[in-house]
Amino acid sequence: MSAAEQAIATADSVPLSLRGPAPARVVAGYGFWLFLLSDIIIFAALFAAYAVLSGETAGGPTAADLFDKKHVLIETACLLASSVTCGFGSLAVQSGDRNSTYLWMAITFILGITFLSLEVSEFSHMLSIGAGPSRSAFLSGFFTLVGTHGLHVTLGLCWLIVMLLQVATLGFQPMVSRRFFCFGLFWHALDIVWIGVFTIVYLGAHL
Amino acid sequence: MLMASCSEGVLDPRGPVGKAERVILYDSTAIMLAVVIPVIVLTLVFAWWFRARNSKARYRPDWEYSGRIEMIIWSIPALIILFLGGIAWTGSHDLDPPLPLAESTAPLDIEVISLDWRWLFIYPHEGIASLNRLVVPAGVPLRFRLTSTTVMNSFFVPQLGSQIYTMPNMVTRLNLEADQPGTFEGLSAQFSGDGFSDMRFDLVSTEAEAFKDWVNTTKTQGGVLDARAFEELESPAKADGTQTYARVSEGLFDSISSRSMAAVSPQRGQ
Amino acid sequence: MGRLTWAAIPFDQPVVMIASGTVGFVIFCVLALVTAKGWWPYLWREWITSVDHKRIGVMYIGLALLMLVRGFSDAMLMRSQLALAAGHAQGYLPPEHYDQIFSAHGTIMIFFVAMPFVIGLMNFVLPLQLGVRDVAFPVLNSVGFWLSAAGVLLVNVSLVVGEFARTGWLAYPPLSEVAYSPGVGVDYYLWSLQISGLGTLLSGINLTTTILKLRAPGMGYRQMPIFCWTALASNLLIVAAFPILTATFAMLLLDRYCDFHFFTNDLGGNPMMYVNLIWCWGHPEVYILILPAFGVFSEVVATFSGKPLFGRRSMVIATMAICVLSFLVWLHHFFTMGAGADVNAFFGVMTMLIAVPTGVKIFNWLFTFYGGRIRFTTPIYWAVGFMVTFVIGGMTGVLMAIPPADFVLHNSLFLIAHFHNVIIGGVVFGVMAGITYWFPKAFGFTLNERLGKAVFWCWFFGFYLAFTPLYVLGLMGATRRMQHYSNMHWQPLMLVALAGAVLILLGIALTVVQIAVSIRRRELNRDVTGDPWNGRTLEWSTPSPPPPWNFSHLPQVDRADAFWAIKQKHGSTEQGRNVKRTYETIHVPRSNPTGFFLAFFAVLLGFSLIWRIWWGAGLGLLGVIVVCLMQAWRTDGEIEVPAEKVAAFERLQGLKERAV
Repeated sequence: MSAAEQAIATADSVPLSLRGPAPARVVAGYGFWLFLLSDIIIFAALFAAYAVLSGETAGGPTAADLFDKKHVLIETACLLASSVTCGFGSLAVQSGDRNSTYLWMAITFILGITFLSLEVSEFSHMLSIGAGPSRSAFLSGFFTLVGTHGLHVTLGLCWLIVMLLQVATLGFQPMVSRRFFCFGLFWHALDIVWIGVFTIVYLGAHL
Repeated sequence: MLMASCSEGVLDPRGPVGKAERVILYDSTAIMLAVVIPVIVLTLVFAWWFRARNSKARYRPDWEYSGRIEMIIWSIPALIILFLGGIAWTGSHDLDPPLPLAESTAPLDIEVISLDWRWLFIYPHEGIASLNRLVVPAGVPLRFRLTSTTVMNSFFVPQLGSQIYTMPNMVTRLNLEADQPGTFEGLSAQFSGDGFSDMRFDLVSTEAEAFKDWVNTTKTQGGVLDARAFEELESPAKADGTQTYARVSEGLFDSISSRSMAAVSPQRGQ
Repeated sequence: MGRLTWAAIPFDQPVVMIASGTVGFVIFCVLALVTAKGWWPYLWREWITSVDHKRIGVMYIGLALLMLVRGFSDAMLMRSQLALAAGHAQGYLPPEHYDQIFSAHGTIMIFFVAMPFVIGLMNFVLPLQLGVRDVAFPVLNSVGFWLSAAGVLLVNVSLVVGEFARTGWLAYPPLSEVAYSPGVGVDYYLWSLQISGLGTLLSGINLTTTILKLRAPGMGYRQMPIFCWTALASNLLIVAAFPILTATFAMLLLDRYCDFHFFTNDLGGNPMMYVNLIWCWGHPEVYILILPAFGVFSEVVATFSGKPLFGRRSMVIATMAICVLSFLVWLHHFFTMGAGADVNAFFGVMTMLIAVPTGVKIFNWLFTFYGGRIRFTTPIYWAVGFMVTFVIGGMTGVLMAIPPADFVLHNSLFLIAHFHNVIIGGVVFGVMAGITYWFPKAFGFTLNERLGKAVFWCWFFGFYLAFTPLYVLGLMGATRRMQHYSNMHWQPLMLVALAGAVLILLGIALTVVQIAVSIRRRELNRDVTGDPWNGRTLEWSTPSPPPPWNFSHLPQVDRADAFWAIKQKHGSTEQGRNVKRTYETIHVPRSNPTGFFLAFFAVLLGFSLIWRIWWGAGLGLLGVIVVCLMQAWRTDGEIEVPAEKVAAFERLQGLKERAV
């Protein structure tokens, strides 16, 4: 855009919708938000399926039989804490501080891995006592809903490693910053979904 | 073509349910045609009159809004929909399939099981069953309970009216009646596999006396429909004629419709 | 090799072997020709790896046209089978084949013809109408296209390696579960749709972001063209609805592959839940298809009437109302499943409510005609044909929205006639109008008008001939998906329907002829000014075809029908475009092979999963990861076009226009 066009575009008196094409950072963030919304709809469908099937235990173990509140509490603590550390990491990215970025994101990674290993241990325990997803529709719904969340966490952790490698090799270019911003959105969204899972699946079981 | 369609099928109903539904079809279509036909005519008239080469038509290049016209064009569809919505609401309630027909005669109970790819009709109070042929008395309300063994089907006798899905592990309900004696085509209206097109049956409605005779005759001929005989029926096979059963195991329908099928039913080969 | 053996190829089925052999031979000839002429570098650089929305839009439409031929061949098979199989006759297609054919017909027509047509049009037009240089995420755009192509490939491979689903186009359980569909057919269906569904979702995100965040300066929501509004509604629906499809298919895949019990008959599964979930996607899907078609008609009717669209604001309100309402009607697809009177009545009424904004749109087009000076070009033929035909389809739809009426019409040929009525009369007619309308913009010359009108008449009369008998047959009690029938009265109607299908086939053939003739005679039909129709919106202010950067200057907009306003002010297109004469460096996205390679590995992954070739699946997954990582480290994503080159281009354009 010419200087004149730019001046028109950014003048505060002009409403946002009339300022012409938005900058790359806004566009990337907005597109990622839309993707997150679509992802949340996938979870919505899985939540709906879980809700419909939660009573269909086919004579097998029920939610009350299987879920361990303490275990879930620790998982939740890990995930929520990792959101906090991710937040600090995002601040480090914004200020271009490499070491702080590595530090906070590494802690985020560790907390995420802890969450995952707790979840894997819960799943493998259930499989070992014959309470796997093939046992009943309720268990199919459980494993799919919670497992999809866990899969997203796994993908998030892989993405985090890639992002740290990108910082190491490319520095804090605008492209890398944008991607970290999107990663942050993703990680926090997973937290929100987990709160849904925690409430509907685990707390719901004890009502 | 249209004449042909009026002499069989949905527009030639032979029972109260079908007749009520035909009234809805005609009335709704008429109401909508009252708008649709003028719209089509106007489209052609406007397009023709305002063609570029017609110098008599007035060109109004800046005319793009008229509050009065806006109000009319929102109101017309809204009013039609209001009217039809009323028909939909009352019709849905009056013709809800599980709703018993408003008749003084006691209903006849019939249990329907859709198999791959045949129809089994059980008369629980008479203790008999019939495969691919449904004999009923005319003028008597028929109270159906329906289920399926394997996949979804849909029980449909077009000349009597409403259809209803049949689903495994579930019981659906339907109420129909045949006014007069006659033979009416029945089919499945939900695709269920390779034998689907042959999954037809006849609904034969007879005089009350003839029906009693048929029941009594059936009780003396044909085999027993017990668990083993039923298992044979469950093997996938295309419809191949009719059959009757002189005796039916007590509660067979209930056990089929509520089993959780811990073992998977016979697989269909390729 | 998992379950894949030589037995998967149906050597004993002549129809299939001849069909695939012919297709294989044609593909071979095309590839040989391209190689002999040395076109690969050009194709690779300019098309296959292109991230230009205009190229991608054209490729989507090319893909759709190709699949139209495939889907229509299935239709011809179905019509001829039913014309023959009356009484005791069994026709020539046994159920095992016929079931695959109608399943493939529906799947291909919806997912691989209608969707690519509509997405292709939106892709090509939106940045041009919005006055910007490209969509929000050009590389993602290419990825989306190639994933759709991957889905196309998998579906077509199923013809010759293995089989396709025998369940109908929505694959209801329990029929689609392993117990009743043990072969690979349903797996082909599920994986090809999951892959292309991901592509569609990415496209929806891309175009929504483009419309909401990338518009020329001064183009607010009230100045945005109406096609952009309908595209916005359609893409919002894609973003909201396609994830439901993804999740539902994932659940069915888990049932089939890992012995889960979402929809099985045993251990608590619930097939009714599938029906609900799939139609929660399915109904918005049809609005995803029709809304852009409505947008095309709004543009076409206004342009060729020489007037602005009547009632623009209520058109926008109606569009967004349809968008929201489309999520509240899904149960009307299964009134007969027994939900009860209150639920049925609620959904019936909600379904009818959608008819209100749709009716408003018809009236608005009508009053756009009123007071206009209508030029009867091919797009207007399609528009008038649409207005006359679609209202009939809408009427039969509202009829079936009354639950007791639906109780006798559900799943009958009446239903088939209804949805073909609205899809052909609405979507196909709209796409044909759009392609004809925007063809000169894409290629620099107009399509032959006479042949275009001939194509229209074939489709118009062909449609009525093919589907009016089906309305009648449905009333006579004929159900859908029959492979044969016993009632001889039905056969004459089936024959008439076959004649209609043949007429449509002629229309499709004439389309091919039209394109060939138009290319041959392109010098006679050159669009030199970029504005062959005296258009109203910004795409007509660019040259035909536009340069990769679309606009040398982003236009400053201050009202709707922006280009019309510019023309009024400056008197001519050339002056309008060249008011400013200083140019700046423009950044254009560089071609990128990510989309193509992702699709390649997606096909490998999908095919391997279908046949349980686990090492192949692993390889495919690895390939996907590697391609993504390579893209992550790509830093040279843009080419700089220096200001002098832009200026030179504009000078040349000016010379060409003055020479006319």
